[in-house]
Amino acid sequence: MRHVLFAMSLATALSVPAVASAAETVAISCGTVGKEFELCKQGSEAWAKKTGNEVKLVSGPTDASEQLTVFQQQLSAGSSDIDVFRVDIIWPGILGAHFIDLKPYISDDVVQQHFPAIVKNNTVDGKLVAMPWFTDAGVLYYRSDLLQKHGQKAPTTWEELAATAKVVQDAERKAGNDKMVGFVFEAKAAETLTCNALEWVDSFGGGSIVADDGSVNIDNPKAALALKTAASWVGTISPQGVLNYEEEGARGVFQSGNAVFMRNWPYAWALSQAPDSPVKGKVAVVALPKGGADGKSSGTLGGWNLAVSKYSKHQKAAADLVKYLTSSEEQKRRAIQGSFNPTITSLYKDAEVLKANPFFGTLLDTFTNAVARPAKVTGAKYSRVSSDFRNAVHSVLSGTGKPEEKLKDLQKKLTNMSKKGKW
Amino acid sequence: MTGSASPAPDSSAAPPPAPGSQLARERVRAAWLFLLPTLVVLAAVAGWPLFRTFWFAFTNASLADPAPPEFVGLENFVTVWGDSDWWRSVRNTFLFTGVSVTLETVLGMIIALTLNTRFRGRAILRAAVLVPWAIPTVVSAKMWGWMFNDVYGVINEMLLSAGFISGPIAWTVDPQLSMVAIIAVDVWKTTPFMTLLLLAALQILPEELYEAAKLDGANPVMVFFRITLPLIRGPMMVAIIFRVLDALRVFDLFYVLTSNSSESMSMAVYARQQMFEFQDLGLGAAAASLLFGLIALFTILYMALARDSVAQEPA
Repeated sequence: MRHVLFAMSLATALSVPAVASAAETVAISCGTVGKEFELCKQGSEAWAKKTGNEVKLVSGPTDASEQLTVFQQQLSAGSSDIDVFRVDIIWPGILGAHFIDLKPYISDDVVQQHFPAIVKNNTVDGKLVAMPWFTDAGVLYYRSDLLQKHGQKAPTTWEELAATAKVVQDAERKAGNDKMVGFVFEAKAAETLTCNALEWVDSFGGGSIVADDGSVNIDNPKAALALKTAASWVGTISPQGVLNYEEEGARGVFQSGNAVFMRNWPYAWALSQAPDSPVKGKVAVVALPKGGADGKSSGTLGGWNLAVSKYSKHQKAAADLVKYLTSSEEQKRRAIQGSFNPTITSLYKDAEVLKANPFFGTLLDTFTNAVARPAKVTGAKYSRVSSDFRNAVHSVLSGTGKPEEKLKDLQKKLTNMSKKGKW
Repeated sequence: MTGSASPAPDSSAAPPPAPGSQLARERVRAAWLFLLPTLVVLAAVAGWPLFRTFWFAFTNASLADPAPPEFVGLENFVTVWGDSDWWRSVRNTFLFTGVSVTLETVLGMIIALTLNTRFRGRAILRAAVLVPWAIPTVVSAKMWGWMFNDVYGVINEMLLSAGFISGPIAWTVDPQLSMVAIIAVDVWKTTPFMTLLLLAALQILPEELYEAAKLDGANPVMVFFRITLPLIRGPMMVAIIFRVLDALRVFDLFYVLTSNSSESMSMAVYARQQMFEFQDLGLGAAAASLLFGLIALFTILYMALARDSVAQEPA
């Protein structure tokens, strides 16, 4: 018996050094459902295999604002449970204080491969707090079959969209489809309305609510005209219900074949082309219309990035995982397999990527010219700014407020909140 | 009142212990000892969070700021008090509470009276009535949200095909219409709760009173208002107070069903927005404390009135 015990203790002693040099475990929170989770799992495990480390995938709420709430509570408590965070484009301003600077870990020439607007958005007080992973911007979906049938072409201005939508809507209703509506978008008083409305305002040249220098610039005639134009759609080419639609509500109407136009994020493309989709093969995507002849096409910048917690006990390994997941090879794989829009600009000219996503070519301009929400300049107060803005817009759209009055009130309110632009 | 004479003392029963005696004190002490675990649990899961909420209400605590919170006195309460969004949410919550509790009580009474009569299948129907109450509120809200959808909801489909409306209605969009929708869903969900409480009260009413009323030739309406209603007023008031307290805390129906603009928020939705969406723990705690204060005020008012009415009961 003593021999057995001796052998066991010897084996234990010999194995201790190996255990001491065991792999680091990096915990990453990156999406919770479907394709996104699967692709992140594959990518993370590939990195683990390559580096000899381990990864643990942490799931959480599916709703973005719920995720933010959970992250804020964890980070405020200084928790080290999660090393890598998948963060929305508007969160660097809110959460940036909790993340490490990634510049020491990722060289400049790599960073410069990504869209400059996103890198700029993710740089807070000189620190690169998050690496761009995949991007988003509002785009216009339309029924190419219906436009062709009624002799219309894709609109380039909001006025053209309204006119075309009216023509096709009326014709289709006359032909028997009572449910047909011209244009669906997202006007529920949530972050999604901030995105939609910012597109209208910016496309008319009405600014981005708060300028880069911190001054509030929302009260101007072009912004008022933008909101007035959007309000004219509700109840005419758009159903009253858009005032309670989020992305999935609008997509439900469009994908069931009952809408001519839809504003949404690029994710809706892959779903509209699924085998069981009623509109498969009948949809095309273009940039959102301009606000008049002298306006511009503008999609609100969205998308997700990867950040490393400063409370992490494995910062170097976590930064390496972030570098790998945001690399050109990995972004290309995700673009082909899941239609996730790369943040590395050269991939929009890649033949294999374009074969899998024909409309990506037109997205390069969209992402290059996307308008960012004023989340960085307003920092922790962005949620309030966004809420006040979208409530003002919601009032205008529902007819309970006039654009000029609402924007004047909003200007006053935000200016008071801004502490003379210092936020 | 010939039957009201106190009964002759039963010589076989032990007399209750005299007040202040050793035995009485031991009984009181034993009662408290048995209650102690419950009180400890209540303090841990309800008392402590409530205390923390009150404490945060006087600070500038924020989810966005890692620094420890600082005491700011009544600043948060002043901010909430001056916010028109808060007062709109108060108005929304009280309107919702008043209308929904009234409808639930009336409908609950009607259904309870029906279930109280003897007929075949009564037991099954009583069980079936509980279904809406058993479904979690967020699930009900989501389900009804789909039914209320203006383009593909079944409610518009039915109303359109029956010719009651000429065009689809966006029920959950207009602040007035969404209030109607929310009240309708809550009435659908919570009427069974009122029904069961009222049914339990009806079950214990003595048959003799109704037989006597029948002999005297009283009609059913008179029987209800003169006999049934007075006798179950106590239990009914308890049910109403429970329901009012719960309705004032309403969150899920407003949060899931409406467009969440500042025009269609309840007090709880407002508090949550301040606390989590705006990361302002202090302000959110102040709103939550005011919400608690309103509920407590209502409770105290009710208890005072209840005590008065009990005291006026004829001896």
